[in-house]
Formats: sequence, C-alpha cells, structure tokens
Amino acid sequence: MRSSFNSIRRFTCLLAGAAFAVTSLQATGDTAVIKGSKAASIESCVGETNDIRRNHMDYLKHQRVETVRDGIRGAKFSLIDCVECHASKDNDGNAVPVTDEGQFCEACHAYVAVSPACFQCHRTTPMQGKGSLGAVDLERMKFQSLNASSLKEWHPVIHAGSESAR
Amino acid sequence: MSVKNDQPDMNRRKFVGTTVAAAGAVVVAPGVLLHTVAGADPETQGASAKHRWGMLIDANKCAEGCSACVDACNSEHGLTGHDRPMTDAQWIRAVKLKDNSTGHINRLVMMCQHCEHPPCVDVCPTGASFKRTDGIVLVDRHICIGCRYCMMACPYKARSFVHEDLEDQSVNAPRGKGCVEGCTMCVHRIDRGETMTACQEACRSTGHGAIVFGDMKDPDSEISQALKSQNSRQIRADLKLNTGVRYSNL
Repeated sequence: MRSSFNSIRRFTCLLAGAAFAVTSLQATGDTAVIKGSKAASIESCVGETNDIRRNHMDYLKHQRVETVRDGIRGAKFSLIDCVECHASKDNDGNAVPVTDEGQFCEACHAYVAVSPACFQCHRTTPMQGKGSLGAVDLERMKFQSLNASSLKEWHPVIHAGSESAR
Repeated sequence: MSVKNDQPDMNRRKFVGTTVAAAGAVVVAPGVLLHTVAGADPETQGASAKHRWGMLIDANKCAEGCSACVDACNSEHGLTGHDRPMTDAQWIRAVKLKDNSTGHINRLVMMCQHCEHPPCVDVCPTGASFKRTDGIVLVDRHICIGCRYCMMACPYKARSFVHEDLEDQSVNAPRGKGCVEGCTMCVHRIDRGETMTACQEACRSTGHGAIVFGDMKDPDSEISQALKSQNSRQIRADLKLNTGVRYSNL
C-alpha cells in the first residue's frame, strides 16, 4: 500500500515537473523582439537570449566603466549595438526610438516598472551616415556569441522549444 | 621499511620539476596568446600610458573669420544650442587677445588643455572628472552630479554644463542634461586608432593647418618634431599644470 502511494507520489512529481518544463520552454520561446528591427532577422543575440534578458544591465554597466575609463571599445556588450539591432522602422523607413511606447526597451521596462537612465544621454536610434560607429558586424557577432547551432548541441530540448515558438 | 638517507630522491625532484613546468606552460601560454591577439586591434586595446596625446596650435595660422574647427567639433559631437551664447555648450572656441600697449591682436582657439595635473580632477567630489592614462581629461557622465565645481576650478573656462533635455545625440558623444562636459580630444577616434581629431581635420581641409595633433611621447611624431624645432608656450604656464595643448607664435 505504502509503496504504491509512493509510486503515485513520484509519478505526480514527475508530471508536475514535465508540466513546468513545458511552460518554461514556452516562456523561453516567447520573443520580445520587435518586428521589422534588425534583431528579428538574426538568429540569436550577442549571448544566449535568457542570459541577456536576465543580465544585460550588469554586462552594460561593467562595459561602460571599461569604455569610459580605460578606452576599451568594440567589446561584446555595447548599448550602441543594442539600439542598432533592436530599433524598428516606421512606415516611412525612419527609425523608431527604442524608448517609444511599445518599442523594445520601453515595453519590457514599463512592464517591470523600471526606468533606466541610459537614454537621458544615449542615442535611441541607430546613427546613419558619417560618424556612425554603429553597423553591427554580423560576421564578428557570430564569432563572438553562442550561436544557435552551438546551443542546439548543448541544449537540444530547449533549442527545439525556442525554435518552434519563433 | 623507509630508507634512511640524507640524499634527495632525484626521481621525485625530476617529477615535481617537470609537472610544475608543464602546469606553468598550460597556465601562461593561453595568457600570452590572448595578449598578442588583443594587441592587434586598437579598439580592444584601450588607453595606454605609452602615449600622451597633445596639440600644438599656431596662433599665426589661425585665420580671422574662420570657424571650421568649431563647426567640425559641433557636428562631430552633435552639439546643438539654443542661441544662448552664455550657456550653450562649447567645447572649442575662437578667442582674440589684444596687447593694449601695442594694439597687436592674437587669434587662437581655446579648449580643454588636457593638463597633466588637472584642477578639475582635484576638485571633483565624485571622481567623475578624471584623467586617462594617455593624458586625456574626461568627464564620466555616469558619475557626474552636475555640481560644476570643475567649471569653477578650470583656469581656461573650458567646460560647459548642459541645461536642457537633449535628444538625437551623436553616438560619438553621449551627453545629457545635468552633466558637465568638455573637449574629449576626439577620444572615440583615438580609440579606433585614428590619428586626427575633427578640429584638426577641418583646419587642414581649409588650408590653414593651424592645429597639429599627436603623441607627445613619440619622439618621431609630427607634434614632437614641431615642439622640438620651434618655440611654444603653455597658457598660464605659471600654474605648472603641464598642459597637453601648446601654442606657438603667441
């Protein structure tokens, strides 16, 4: 009697675990990327999406000290590159600021009630023409980041989930 | 069963020696490799004390009525104004100096002099005002609280305060309301490995060539050669700030 109860309990746990895994996979697959931005056409961000989602503020804060104080540029994490990739375009082909309502940065920060001070000083659209530092080098990005195929090798299940939701 | 012997066990010594050497190679070799790879790209290399960036401005060549350097600086860094000359941001400005006894007028451009001993850094209460290892004096706007002590301390009146909300800034110079700012010696260009500032480029293209920019620690650079061959002076040399911007024919 006792053993059958135990096995039922074990089975329920397993079931709950599986359900949790499925829902978390769906959460992983949810994409906040704005349609029409450069990011929508790229397979992955400069790091694994969940990692960037959770830790981008720390990466950027660390990077800003190195850039301003020590003059180290062209690093993996850069606010210019975030804007370059995640700013969408309106119907006339003009870039929409990432801080406009419903845009990439604003939508999420409004949801979690965070007001980042970045854009009091930093540009909110990709810079065009002379003097532009922007223009993300896709080849270099592939080299630097965990790209989707390497993720597939390490986490086949998670990757299949995120791909189907895309 | 242990052997009582005061001679060291040579096999053991050899084993320890080779193990330590191998481990050392494993630890050091990747570091060396990383270092050499990083050295190839100026962007990731960062500022170095091997350089000291400076400028030599020839007051005779600075032409009356020309504002090429000021305009170039404004467009390079996205500096916009509100037609309020007293408070609009100004990173470089043309000034006239008149010797009252002779009536002789000198014209020159004035900006942050990138002192070796900058008074703005001395007085900054937060550490926002700082000097890079390559001698460039900057404001870290992430830390600046806008108290403007540095503006008071600067003998050259080289810094500005941003009074209004800004938008559409340049990626070359993120800047915003409530922070102090000044000439950066086009640090974004230097970090990319470029060797000309926006003002120097503009001055050259107008044919005046009054500004020479370069590395004062490199004896073969244009600026070092020019400083060696002709007389130059620092403005307010009496303050012993050892400025990075020097003037000739003044």
